[in-house]
Amino acid sequence: MQLAYYPGCTIKVSAREHERAALAILRELGIALREMPEWNCCGVVHTLTGENLIRQMAPLRVLARLRQQGEREAVTLCDMCFNTLARANHLARTQPDQVSALNATSGGGLDYDGAGEVLHLLHLLRDRVGLAAIRKRVRRPLRDLVVYPYYGCKLLRPTGIGLDDPEMPTLLRDLMESLGATVVEGSLQTQCCGAYLAVDRAGLVTERVGATVEQARDAGAGAIVLSCPLCHFNFATLQPHAGAPLPVLYYTQAIGLAFGLDPAELGLDDRQMEALGRAVPSQALHDLAHARGGSA
Amino acid sequence: MTIAIGANGQSGALLRRVEALSGQRLAQCYQCGTCAAGCPFATAMDVLPDRLIRHLLFDMPGVLEREAFWVCVGCELCAQRCPRGIDVPRVMEALRLIALRTRGDQLPVAQITAVALENLPPIALVASLRRQTG
Amino acid sequence: MSEPATLVTMELMGKEYRVPSGLTILAAIEYAGYKLVRGVGCRGGFCGACPTLYRREGSHRIFTALACQTLVEDGMCLVQMPFVPVPTKPYDLHGITPQPTTLLRFFPEIAGCVACNTCTRACPQGLPVMDYIQAALRGDIERVAMLSFDCIACGICSSRCPADIKHYAVGLLARRIYGKYLVPPSEDLAVRVSAIEAGRYDAELRKLMELPLADLRARYEQRNFETVAEQHRDHSATQRYNSPMDPVDYQDELEGV
Ligand code: SF4
Ligand code: SF4
Ligand code: SF4
Ligand code: SF4
Ligand code: FES
Repeated sequence: MQLAYYPGCTIKVSAREHERAALAILRELGIALREMPEWNCCGVVHTLTGENLIRQMAPLRVLARLRQQGEREAVTLCDMCFNTLARANHLARTQPDQVSALNATSGGGLDYDGAGEVLHLLHLLRDRVGLAAIRKRVRRPLRDLVVYPYYGCKLLRPTGIGLDDPEMPTLLRDLMESLGATVVEGSLQTQCCGAYLAVDRAGLVTERVGATVEQARDAGAGAIVLSCPLCHFNFATLQPHAGAPLPVLYYTQAIGLAFGLDPAELGLDDRQMEALGRAVPSQALHDLAHARGGSA
Repeated sequence: MTIAIGANGQSGALLRRVEALSGQRLAQCYQCGTCAAGCPFATAMDVLPDRLIRHLLFDMPGVLEREAFWVCVGCELCAQRCPRGIDVPRVMEALRLIALRTRGDQLPVAQITAVALENLPPIALVASLRRQTG
Repeated sequence: MSEPATLVTMELMGKEYRVPSGLTILAAIEYAGYKLVRGVGCRGGFCGACPTLYRREGSHRIFTALACQTLVEDGMCLVQMPFVPVPTKPYDLHGITPQPTTLLRFFPEIAGCVACNTCTRACPQGLPVMDYIQAALRGDIERVAMLSFDCIACGICSSRCPADIKHYAVGLLARRIYGKYLVPPSEDLAVRVSAIEAGRYDAELRKLMELPLADLRARYEQRNFETVAEQHRDHSATQRYNSPMDPVDYQDELEGV
């Protein structure tokens, strides 16, 4: 299977390991992603008023380019990109007159018919590949790994765009269990991490991330598993300094480890593998870290 | 100080502007406080979301000078839970837009430090600029 | 020109002038009696000093062009932009370590790009300006360098951008970083430079400098270009990019001779 791929800016800056891990696990599952030859930033946040139409140009342009490039579906790894693109797509389908108006004032590059489709990688894994097929491919079950899946906001809200039940999601739990990991949960899994407040109110992010990490630790988690590059940045760099930080993994990296892939190919360096190993006395992970140390 | 309190549904210009921009009917709010109770950033708000709605309805002065709608990141938890179907983040966005259009940028780009710029991913900067600059 | 030129009407800064058709905007302005002391330079489309802002009859749009490269039209309403302010934070190229966030650090406003494509539509060089700004946002310095290679810093894009982005300065920094840190080192260049330094071409150069001007001109006109096909290079970074004016491709100049 081959699919068009919309990376989004941050995948190319601070979330490269997410992309590497995604490409690696998809290769194992027989799926190839083709990056769109030309793409632009989606705009990250959906504009919440009907009047600010200029803010819809970026996501609509991505969708228009997808169609111009002869594609119908595009996969994305980023929760924010997914949410923004899917909502712009909804706008194009429900208010095509607005898209025509934008197109008329912008030289014709925004001629979009609403026929594109945006898939989150998790859609692809859950609905097309299927968890059963993923379970079958597992070579090193993450037996001793206790994970706390963190959803944040844009994977779940609003209803109609989100991938799962906004209050009681099970998607990441099911995925992690199919890798053999133990899952612990808590009320803060679906609460926002502070998102872009990292720019000018980082204290608030640290407070939210701290509370979530504490809940995860209290539940016995050895790692947080999440999907969004912005959540990842916040959890990885703005965790309060109290002892060793709780390791943060993309779900793609967890899948890769369970598939028995080389941690280096998943963008996990020795330091991160060690931290994981410390958090989890897992023989499988220890073996992996060791095997990598030996081969390097 | 005298504060003129208008009856619901016929209050001042700001309420009408916010309702037009957000597409929400604020008189629908029955002040249950669910939005404030679940908001992850309520502690940092100088006025809670339910109160803010009340202030708009009663045409209270100083709404546009509040911090609350800059603190709101639009996580949509409250919108998900409001029993009256009010999309509170749209109300917040309307207030941001009005403030941006009348008073200019909330977070001028020049104020972001070089260290922050070196470390922040584009996703954070783009989102922040979209919400805090005109 | 064999036939006598017809006259067209242009409106320059609110005043009408009858000027011969077939003149460039620059020549038409001079024909109208103005002496240009700013906003003109090479007259060949290379220096970027002569941006024009104009409207046409029958369209509500603002158009942009280089005055030295564009013919005056009947009904054109125009003004020259001698300068578009693009101040840049000072940077020391030697102190920069290229990172995906480097361009954002010096030009954070690129995060405000709304992807309206106005810059691309305005660029007289036909560059994909929006695409190079978008590449800058995602830290792809090589791509910015390649897509902006033919930028002549006219500033038209920056005068039209709703996000107030300083496009050409972004492209310039990207090309500088690319040239200093990212481009694969050229062995041929090192060989040639050391040969020059060793004085291997001194005699030849001296001979050229002593030539009478007419001879020099004749030689210049007979000069040869090495075409891309003849270069047989495994690696040419520019060939991977589809800029409408590929920097390596001198074919149009060759055909002109
Ligand atoms: S949850 Fe809804 S009804 Fe309750 S206070 Fe908030 S906006 Fe009003
Ligand atoms: S959308 Fe805004 S007000 Fe509502 S819960 Fe989230 S941050 Fe709070
Ligand atoms: S990119 Fe901008 S400055 Fe450069 S040539 Fe085009 S319009 Fe002029
Ligand atoms: S004109 Fe400015 S905002 Fe529009 S696409 Fe170009 S850089 Fe982006
Ligand atoms: S005068 Fe130099 S580009 Fe026109």
